Amino acid sequence: MTASVVVTGLGIAAPNGLGAADYWAATRKGHSGIGPVTRFDPSAYPARLAGEVPGFVAADHLPGRLLPQTDHMTRLALVSADWALQDAGIRPDGLPEYAAGVVTASSAGGFEFGQNELRALWSKGSQYVSAYQSFAWFYAVNTGQISIRHGLRGPSGVLVSDQAGGLDAIAHARRQIRRGSQVIVSGGVDASICPWGWVAQLTSGRLSTDDDPATAYRPFDAGASGHVAGEGGALLVLEDEQAARARDAHIYGRITGYGTTFDPRPGSGREPGLRRAIEIALRDAALTPGDIDVVFADAAAVPELDHIEARALTEVFGPRDVPVTAPKSMTGRLNSGAGPLDVATALLAIRDGVIPPTVNVSPHADYDLDLVIGQERATELRSALVVARGFGGFNSALVVSDAAPKARTS
Amino acid sequence: MASTEFTIDDLRRILREGAGTEEGVDLDADILDVAFEELGYESLALLETCGRIEREYGIALDDDALAEAQTPRALLKLVHGHLVTVHAG
Repeated sequence: MTASVVVTGLGIAAPNGLGAADYWAATRKGHSGIGPVTRFDPSAYPARLAGEVPGFVAADHLPGRLLPQTDHMTRLALVSADWALQDAGIRPDGLPEYAAGVVTASSAGGFEFGQNELRALWSKGSQYVSAYQSFAWFYAVNTGQISIRHGLRGPSGVLVSDQAGGLDAIAHARRQIRRGSQVIVSGGVDASICPWGWVAQLTSGRLSTDDDPATAYRPFDAGASGHVAGEGGALLVLEDEQAARARDAHIYGRITGYGTTFDPRPGSGREPGLRRAIEIALRDAALTPGDIDVVFADAAAVPELDHIEARALTEVFGPRDVPVTAPKSMTGRLNSGAGPLDVATALLAIRDGVIPPTVNVSPHADYDLDLVIGQERATELRSALVVARGFGGFNSALVVSDAAPKARTS
Repeated sequence: MASTEFTIDDLRRILREGAGTEEGVDLDADILDVAFEELGYESLALLETCGRIEREYGIALDDDALAEAQTPRALLKLVHGHLVTVHAG
């Protein structure tokens, strides 16, 4: 028998809202967090817009010992994890020593920290490089710091598969709970809005060079011209359902299905892997396409990739047969933070019975999608599909479903 | 710039800059004989601290001797020994 895995806590740091309440209020209203880059001077770079998390002062949230040893993304992750555990009502020191772990995703590591230390290395010499560079840049650093801060010594790790990684991490957290862990803190927070991180992201050729926040990132629009990069993400508390119910926890919903595939070699002529990832996730959830009430799209805003995603969705669900939305049109693409933020958003959408909108987009008619645009749509939601693709061929799909209290009749 | 003085206040400043301050610890209190571990500094924090001392004072501290210096007083003594050597030479 496989244990049911539920989400009991959410911690969110997003460009259009710091904290789950602010983020969700802004997202329902269609308020975007995309604007000019302020974390460095972007004027010499071709892409000059970003989704930056507003109003985050690390020293307000974290002890002084952590500041010299953490990148911006780790600080956001630590605070999001604090909030998720508080939201879940979990005090980790009350758990058995190895009962709880941390599984996050990362796409870049601590680029801003690393950039500063590399600058010190070549301008002043190796003696000037911080001892903390040994781990502060590292992919696994958010997992490690969250683990240390809360004494979460159970199964832990990091998944690195670009933007698909956030869903892969949550799926791995579910796997660890099914293997016997009681609690896993999981998700992803990325942030590399610094010159080095920016140059790295530019190599994808997918960053929008439009300077107008109202038109720069328009997935599924005829004018789609790449995406805006953002920072932030979400951390979630996942638990064994029985354990969560035994302690009378508030349950946002269940992680019911997951599928992941890798694209065939470019130029092979074979079908991209996305449709298969979605079908595997549905099968894993024991749901049919008709059971899915909303899709949170990957929303690349690169015409070829939008076409692939729209085609996969219409092949699985039928043309215009399921509402599709991309709240990331308000945040930019958050790399490994994107999937977990969409999962958190889907759970809040299920709770409140509303689909948050996609902003700034006039959907291209050829895509045959029922894209929720302009304003939120009220409707009962029981299950949502979240799609995330990573650069280089990663496709992942995750299904979340409502809490399904035992008293429910179906 | 190399200097010939290394005081407890210099150490306090370098600890704050390089490793931060543990919650509930007052570095301005009489910390000379309080173990670094009790002040909230693990080995990596001390590595960073010593790296900063080395580059600021133009000295090279011996790793084994460093491991022995478990209190501010012991570290001050170790650094003083190197400063005397450097400037006597």
